[in-house]
Amino acid sequence: MEAIARENDLYNASLAGFEQARLDGEPAWLSELRRDAFARFTALGFPTTKEEAWRYTSVAPIAKRPFRPAAKESARLSRRPLPVPLPGGEGARFVFVNGRPAPELSRGSFGAGVVVTLREALRDRPEAVEAHLGRIAGFEKSAFTALNTAFLEDGAFILLPKDTVVEEPVHLVFLSAAGSEPVVSHTRVLVVAEANSQAKIIETYVGDSAYFTNAVTEIVCGDGAVVEHYKVQREGPLAFHVQTIQAAQERGSRFDSHNLCLGAALARTDINVLFQAEGGECSLNGLFVTAGAQHVDNHTLIDHARPHCTSRELYKGILDGKSRGVFHGKIVVRPDAQKTDAIQTNKNLLLSREALVNSTPALEILADDVKCRHGSTIGQLDASALFYLRARGLGEAEARAMLTYGFAADLTSRIRVPWIREEAEAFLGRSLARPSEAS
Amino acid sequence: MLLEIKDLHASVGGNEILKGVDLSVNEGEVHAIMGPNGSGKSTLAHVLAGRPGYEVTKGQVLYKGQNLLAMSPEIRAREGIFLAFQYPVEIPGVSNVYFLKNAVNAIRKHRGEPELDAMDFLKLTREKAKLVDIDEDLIKRPVNEGFSGGEKKRNEIFQMAVLNPTLAILDETDSGLDIDALRTVASGVNQLRSPKRSMIVVTHYQRLLNYIVPDFLHVLVDGRIALSGGKELALELEEKGYAWVEKEPPAPRLGARV
Repeated sequence: MEAIARENDLYNASLAGFEQARLDGEPAWLSELRRDAFARFTALGFPTTKEEAWRYTSVAPIAKRPFRPAAKESARLSRRPLPVPLPGGEGARFVFVNGRPAPELSRGSFGAGVVVTLREALRDRPEAVEAHLGRIAGFEKSAFTALNTAFLEDGAFILLPKDTVVEEPVHLVFLSAAGSEPVVSHTRVLVVAEANSQAKIIETYVGDSAYFTNAVTEIVCGDGAVVEHYKVQREGPLAFHVQTIQAAQERGSRFDSHNLCLGAALARTDINVLFQAEGGECSLNGLFVTAGAQHVDNHTLIDHARPHCTSRELYKGILDGKSRGVFHGKIVVRPDAQKTDAIQTNKNLLLSREALVNSTPALEILADDVKCRHGSTIGQLDASALFYLRARGLGEAEARAMLTYGFAADLTSRIRVPWIREEAEAFLGRSLARPSEAS
Repeated sequence: MLLEIKDLHASVGGNEILKGVDLSVNEGEVHAIMGPNGSGKSTLAHVLAGRPGYEVTKGQVLYKGQNLLAMSPEIRAREGIFLAFQYPVEIPGVSNVYFLKNAVNAIRKHRGEPELDAMDFLKLTREKAKLVDIDEDLIKRPVNEGFSGGEKKRNEIFQMAVLNPTLAILDETDSGLDIDALRTVASGVNQLRSPKRSMIVVTHYQRLLNYIVPDFLHVLVDGRIALSGGKELALELEEKGYAWVEKEPPAPRLGARV
């Protein structure tokens, strides 16, 4: 505890940086929001494993390291060869480097969707930003969200006007690249899907150096809106990644989340959905694949606050080496959320003796006329299936890869953006075609 | 001689199941192995296919003159051994075609043959699907997932047809089949009989042998071949039951080759 408390001082010392983060001519409400957030972060401090939500994930490696604010590095990066290829094929993309917009790497447009930087939105549509920023993802209970809000500099603002369907997926690429020192970037995304609008929104996180990404995404699904959200996180073995994705659903809206965690030293994602009106539907799909000494933690919360909402959740983990995985999925059904229909499933596949996963499904049901189910499994590759494939001529490594690919197939087949599905399958093929790290 | 089993002893989980099996199979021959429950029929089939956990404690098996027991299961398969499973395994998320195309090409690569492309493979599967009257939809579905018992067994014979083995071992392929499914499966097997392909047909019941008529029949009792003979031995067994062999092993019959 003391060690962690000292680490907080490190961030206190960067208070000067916090003051600098203030944007030129930013509105008073934003300055106030930052101050509150910073005060809240100072009060909360970095979470410790004594807190239930962080029981299996120690953020000491993040708290201990002097990550510098990244913004100054970004301008230089865009001029040298990129550390990793940018994903997404030929499609339109909006690229951020170390949290800062990189127009020279961005291309294309997103049809009827308004896709601008947060700074531009603050200048051109301040009322739309003020109505939602910091109001969907609260920082009362989350030190990382508080930290992000306090240090918020820029990000993406996506507005889907009423009744518009944006065909081209809105692809946000967050590339991190440290210079000589490890850097931190507090990326922020705000999506406002107005009534009956529809879009696919993709966030990809890539990079190959030592850095810390602390991201917050807020999504408002208006009446009847349909938002399909993809998070593709594929970072290098030195990267630290924390993100909260918070969706608020209005009447009859639909939110589909696909969360692919394919890399980083330590990655923690919180995906929270709040049904704040009747008749909403959501699906949370997650796949995490880890090896070596990686640590991946996925927390989800589906808050059925209103009646007649449906949620479907499927998370799968594939763990090799000495890696650690955490799944914590909570479904809350509030007292008046009658006719709630919720199913949650978590399945985990351990490919080595030393891999470990902690799976905690949690249902909190306060209404009486509901349909709720949850289940969790942890297993290994089926020895009979492995023999069956080998008896047909497939090598052991190939047979293991095929079974593992099959394990993930119900998730990959749900991905409706072809390049993401192909990339996920290729990733599974590549990382699984090698012999397991099993002893 | 294609396969030569000499004094084979094998244990599963520390229990000795095979206690000295001797069996020789020539090219193109079909041998039936019958025997009561627990006699070691399935163990023999699995030992030949190389199932991990089946420990050979004594004896040897020569396949094409080579030490079969030193080969991994996949090398045995690539060398032409095929085991039709008594309980085919379900592989969720992996389609039959994807699985089988990889298997075919692993075998072709081993033999120094060029890999089949998608078109050639499709042609091959269409042709072989007719053999066992298997639905094309079934071929595209995940391996055995949600298949009925009959569909699973037909899928085994379909795979056998596609993989074109030199030695096919059918482990109780008849179990759980109604008479129509049995006829279909047996007809598929019979069409695959050839002077270049040998078969070992393991079964508990004589019924299958009405449809797949063997050249030789062996009765396995307590881990040893207690009796060998021609196909007519099946009828005698049907009539007298396994107890006849178990109590007092009769003398070898005419036509037997031990």
